[in-house]
Amino acid sequence: MRISFVAKEVSGGLRRNFTMTLALIIAVAVSLSLFGTSLLLSTQVDRMKGYWYDKIEVSIFLCGSSSVTYTCTGSVTDDQRTNIEMKLNSLTPTVQHVFYESSSAAYDKFKQQFAGSAILSNVSPNALPASFRVKIDNPDHFQEVASQISSMQGVESIQDQRKLLNRFFTILKGLQSFALVVALAMLAVTILLVMNTIRVAAFARRRETSIMRAVGASNMSIRLPFILEAAVASTIGASLASGGLVAAKYWVIDGKLAPNLTFIPFVTWTEVGAIIPWLYLVGVGITVLASLITLRRYLKG
Amino acid sequence: MIVFDHVTKQYKNSPQPALNDVNLTIEQGEFVFLVGSSGSGKSSLLRLLLKEEKATEGTVTVDGINVAKLRNRKVPAFRRQMGIVFQDFRLLPGKSVFDNAAFGMEVIGKSRKEIRNRIPAVLELVGLEEKAHRLPSELSGGEQQRVALARAFVNQPRLLLADEPTGNLDPATSVGIMKLLDRINRTGTTIVMATHDVAIVDQMRKRIVQMESGRIVRDQERGMYGHTGN
Ligand SMILES: Nc1ncnc2c1ncn2[C@@H]1O[C@H](COP(=O)(O)OP(=O)(O)OP(=O)(O)O)[C@@H](O)[C@H]1O
Ligand SMILES: [Mg+2]
Repeated sequence: MRISFVAKEVSGGLRRNFTMTLALIIAVAVSLSLFGTSLLLSTQVDRMKGYWYDKIEVSIFLCGSSSVTYTCTGSVTDDQRTNIEMKLNSLTPTVQHVFYESSSAAYDKFKQQFAGSAILSNVSPNALPASFRVKIDNPDHFQEVASQISSMQGVESIQDQRKLLNRFFTILKGLQSFALVVALAMLAVTILLVMNTIRVAAFARRRETSIMRAVGASNMSIRLPFILEAAVASTIGASLASGGLVAAKYWVIDGKLAPNLTFIPFVTWTEVGAIIPWLYLVGVGITVLASLITLRRYLKG
Repeated sequence: MIVFDHVTKQYKNSPQPALNDVNLTIEQGEFVFLVGSSGSGKSSLLRLLLKEEKATEGTVTVDGINVAKLRNRKVPAFRRQMGIVFQDFRLLPGKSVFDNAAFGMEVIGKSRKEIRNRIPAVLELVGLEEKAHRLPSELSGGEQQRVALARAFVNQPRLLLADEPTGNLDPATSVGIMKLLDRINRTGTTIVMATHDVAIVDQMRKRIVQMESGRIVRDQERGMYGHTGN
């Protein structure tokens, strides 16, 4: 068939079925927005993991004057400290890097971070314990290091920062799964809507299709206008969803979040750009598939 | 060209068969009237020829092709050699006379040039060249029927099937349609026409196949409706 003839049939079909087409576009846009959001969230979680896991350290806090564990008898002594440091250095290559932070250095850092805050006046310079900041080759080796260090004299406690982060990531993961489940449910609704739209359109045009069949139009050319209509509607829906994603990146992430949360690495434009083709692929793919299945049923012969 | 060999058609929820052991041969270029009371099986016979329905028993052969064995994807090509005129016209209300007639060419992929060349000639044949840009709703019943005929004939089919093409028309208009069919027949096209129209059948003096309750009860060359003749 000539392209202009098909184009005319398709645009005519879209106009005659306007409300259904609109419903279809909106459903596709909403479900793809959710789908895109869940993809974005997962990229965001991966990005933060990579960034922070790289920076994570194991903190070995040393005894202070008021410590009350059996490994502490008052403040840590210089001998104890040297012992601990030697032990840590002997654990290479698991331990890759050891950094000592004295009580006063910790206080200086704290002062910087909370400059101007009322909290500062409640913390005395020696309330913050001295610590070793240790970087290990693989976060999974934490137990190995901890078991050898924790019973040493002068060590008050050992903290794996990854544990704190993991709790945070679990929450993010939960959010991400929730968004994905909602997106999948919406996609299912979209499929049903596509099927219904096509069914109604096939019924509304049974005269055309019966004539087409009678004059010997091929099955494909009878179905093509319906499929193209679904494809056009879902392409518009996917474009709206992509626009939403770009807007979210521009106004919400870059405009609001990034300037205020400088310590979080946010998804980049490249990553957003990589998600958009998926929206088109999934959106157009499922609508075309759903309409093919429906047409097989309602446009027999 | 067309052979029905012991064909029986039994619809699912129907007590008697619509066609009962029908044997019929139609040669290329013939003009055949299919007559008989309502429900006698005329439309069913035409539907079998189109492969819109399948015979329960027996074989239907068109041009040497066993219709029942025709592959689904070959059905479109098969139907392209046929023209069909429906009793209820089946025109597309949103399209002009020109576009309705051209529809049969558009959907099988004819070029714009072929369509521009062919349609005016066909519209002239059916006497509608002046009304090419009207919509079906702006035409009389007879004019609409002629558009349907133009659409059926536009691809120059070798076989034209017409199911009561004069069913809704006054006698004078019917005569016009019949003249047209006669002209088309003279170009070599085989025509099978189901009808109740006694006057037309008697006037045309063509072969008559009469059906009753799914059986052929009369098959006569140059016959008259009401007379069994010699
Ligand atoms: N799709 C169908 N399902 C069940 N029975 C059918 C179907 N189509 C036709 N019939 C039955 O088959 C018989 C023959 O019908 P058919 O349409 O062939 O008759 P006809 O000769 O064309 O009648 P008319 O002159 O009224 O158009 C009738 O009894 C009819 O009720
Ligand atoms: Mg009939």
